[in-house]
Amino acid sequence: MKKISLELGSGGRLMRDFIRDSILPSFGNPILGPLADAGLLPGGLAFTTDSYVVDPLFFPGGDIGTLAVNGTVNDLVVSGAKPMYLSLALILEEGLEWETLEKVFGSIRRAAKKAGVSIVTGDTKVVRQGQGDKVYVNTAGVGKAVGRPAAGKIRPGDKVILTGTLGDHSLAVMLARGDFGLSSRARSDCAPLLFLLPLWKRGALWMRDVTRGGLATVLSELAEELAWPVLIRESEIPLSNAVRGASEILGIDPLFMACEGKAVIVAPDRKAAAFLQAIRRHPLGRKAAVIGEIQDGVGRPGELLLQTSSGGLRLLEPLTSELLPRIC
Amino acid sequence: MKELRNAKAVRGILTEISEKTAALPSPVRIMEVCGTHTMALFRNGLTPLLAEAGVEMISGPGCPVCITPNGVHEAAIDLLTGREGLTLAAFGDMTRVPTRRGSLQTAVPAREAKLRIVYSPREALDEARRAPDRQVVFYGAGFETTIPAIALTVRHAAEEGLGNFSVLPALWLIPPALEALLESGRTAISGFLYPGHVSAVIGVEPYAFVAERYGVPGAVAGFEPGDILLAIRSVLDQIGSGKPGVALEYARAVRPEGNPVARAVMAEVLEPCDAVWRGLGRIPASGLTLRKKFRGSDARARFGIRIADSGRDLPGCRCGEVLRAVIRPDGCRLFGTRCTPETPLGPCMVSYEGSCLIHYKYDRRARRRG
Amino acid sequence: MCLAIPAKIIKREASGLGVVSYLDSEVKADFTLVPEAGVGDWVILHAGFAISVLDEKEAQITLDLFREMAEAE
Repeated sequence: MKKISLELGSGGRLMRDFIRDSILPSFGNPILGPLADAGLLPGGLAFTTDSYVVDPLFFPGGDIGTLAVNGTVNDLVVSGAKPMYLSLALILEEGLEWETLEKVFGSIRRAAKKAGVSIVTGDTKVVRQGQGDKVYVNTAGVGKAVGRPAAGKIRPGDKVILTGTLGDHSLAVMLARGDFGLSSRARSDCAPLLFLLPLWKRGALWMRDVTRGGLATVLSELAEELAWPVLIRESEIPLSNAVRGASEILGIDPLFMACEGKAVIVAPDRKAAAFLQAIRRHPLGRKAAVIGEIQDGVGRPGELLLQTSSGGLRLLEPLTSELLPRIC
Repeated sequence: MKELRNAKAVRGILTEISEKTAALPSPVRIMEVCGTHTMALFRNGLTPLLAEAGVEMISGPGCPVCITPNGVHEAAIDLLTGREGLTLAAFGDMTRVPTRRGSLQTAVPAREAKLRIVYSPREALDEARRAPDRQVVFYGAGFETTIPAIALTVRHAAEEGLGNFSVLPALWLIPPALEALLESGRTAISGFLYPGHVSAVIGVEPYAFVAERYGVPGAVAGFEPGDILLAIRSVLDQIGSGKPGVALEYARAVRPEGNPVARAVMAEVLEPCDAVWRGLGRIPASGLTLRKKFRGSDARARFGIRIADSGRDLPGCRCGEVLRAVIRPDGCRLFGTRCTPETPLGPCMVSYEGSCLIHYKYDRRARRRG
Repeated sequence: MCLAIPAKIIKREASGLGVVSYLDSEVKADFTLVPEAGVGDWVILHAGFAISVLDEKEAQITLDLFREMAEAE
């Protein structure tokens, strides 16, 4: 009997295949079809949803509450919409400490205020002890379209901008779990990306927030949609020392590590420098960099290529299974 | 160490390599024994650059995930699925090898049993201390780089009288494997890239026989792009001069005599035994097992496990031949068709440094077949 | 089988356990296999165990060599 494996939820190719082969045939329609981060509804609204099952609930730089608000807010931002309203559904495990729940509520309240969204509807369920994992959260978000992603307009020469360092969230969760005897002052980058909204009116062509599966997964999805290969440069990719170090110790590639407050943006060639300047003016975008471009010189259509620091070329693919530390 | 990744320096050494290979009469095929070298070559995009410079890199049997036969993986799976309340701790890669019973990742644990991915055997020991009422088994796989750590952990456990800790060992020695490869004579190898961190433990002397008896040159190499290229350059010099030997190109981390303290710990806790390698078959004295004094910590004895010696590969899987470098990954009919990273049928497609996975990812020509 | 990094010992207890530092991260480590190494020394760390002491002179020779190559024309 076919069973669901944990790897299905890891955000990589298995999950995408699942959506393509099982979800779309069951529910497909023109709005769902593009499988973007949000559905773009007639009337200029965008609608998205996400569930949050992070373990542990609290980690340096955030918790399940901040994640639940910012994750959904960011899905709207990268879809060209100004976030306005959220729903909040909670599945609580019997025996959860009240104090824990209050802390999470506090985080949700503060994050919603910071992101300028209101929680306008919700639901609470409680399941028997052992049938949940303390708290599961689902948020759905509605926003007003201020721009429209236009991947169809992307051409060779257009630039790929990354708004900051990779892998901070992934590392923070590992630290919170106490895994591997590792410690550092790294913190999750969980944050709302509202400061990117004005770029839509200025002509941004495409955006994605870099979450599960990491940069390589997100840009692979872009590359698959285009008629020209995407090339990024390893030496341009911003990494914090903490992530660089932890990833080398454990043998985990930062290109696949999750973030919760970073985005990749495709900017028209002639606007890229101005976009970069605008992003860098914001505290959350200080480390932003142009990391590559859509180009016609190297590789084949549909490919995402990495030019390595030592001058080699490597084909990047979406994450296929859970990132695990190596000894080899 | 970022100087060792500098593109200009790398280009410079590649040019030298090009000039040297051009002056040689036969094609140059260098075997990197260690999976970490395979990974380093792949991650930095060096293999195509080396091919252009006249050096074909072949992957050897240096991937503990790949050469551990399925019988051992199945024993680990049996522990996890069959023993209530047991914790099985393992290194990440080992948990995704596909067997007839699935993998450690997909296996459904027995009641209250669980799988824990660890970075260090020390974490498994900590787990045993934290939960004295649970059996904790460390599924310890590795070569000489990792073996001292595993041996030391067993010794620490014995010193503390931690009765709930045991090890399911899959310990492999490199020099006997090299000898078996060379004896089989079936792979034409011009030179070896020796594993730098294995050498930090065993030194350079154990490789001397390769040059003396078989006339094949080699160099102990570190893992940055610069380290690897310097070592390859050294091998080419040895080929050119007709004087095969064992060059030490990783002197900052490797003493010629290795680490005697580490070897003493290994000798104290472990003793050589014959071992069956996927692909290479039974090689005398190529594995290590717990000495009598420490046999109480051997999970096989504790849980009465009998390891199935052979014939447990999934049908059609030719990982064995890939590991011996007798065929390339695309020589296997399953490669890229039924055996892919999402649906692996053998460890070479699972391990991050498995030949098949790496070829699948970067050799686009091979993938077009699928 | 050889994933290891050069890291600096920042804490070493009599038991042989301690901590190394590498690029802003700290990792618990076991130094039993390198009895000669002390706080401030660099070791090669593999799977949470120091397996070798870094020869800083040799490291400098290698780094200088590559720095030269990087700057050469």
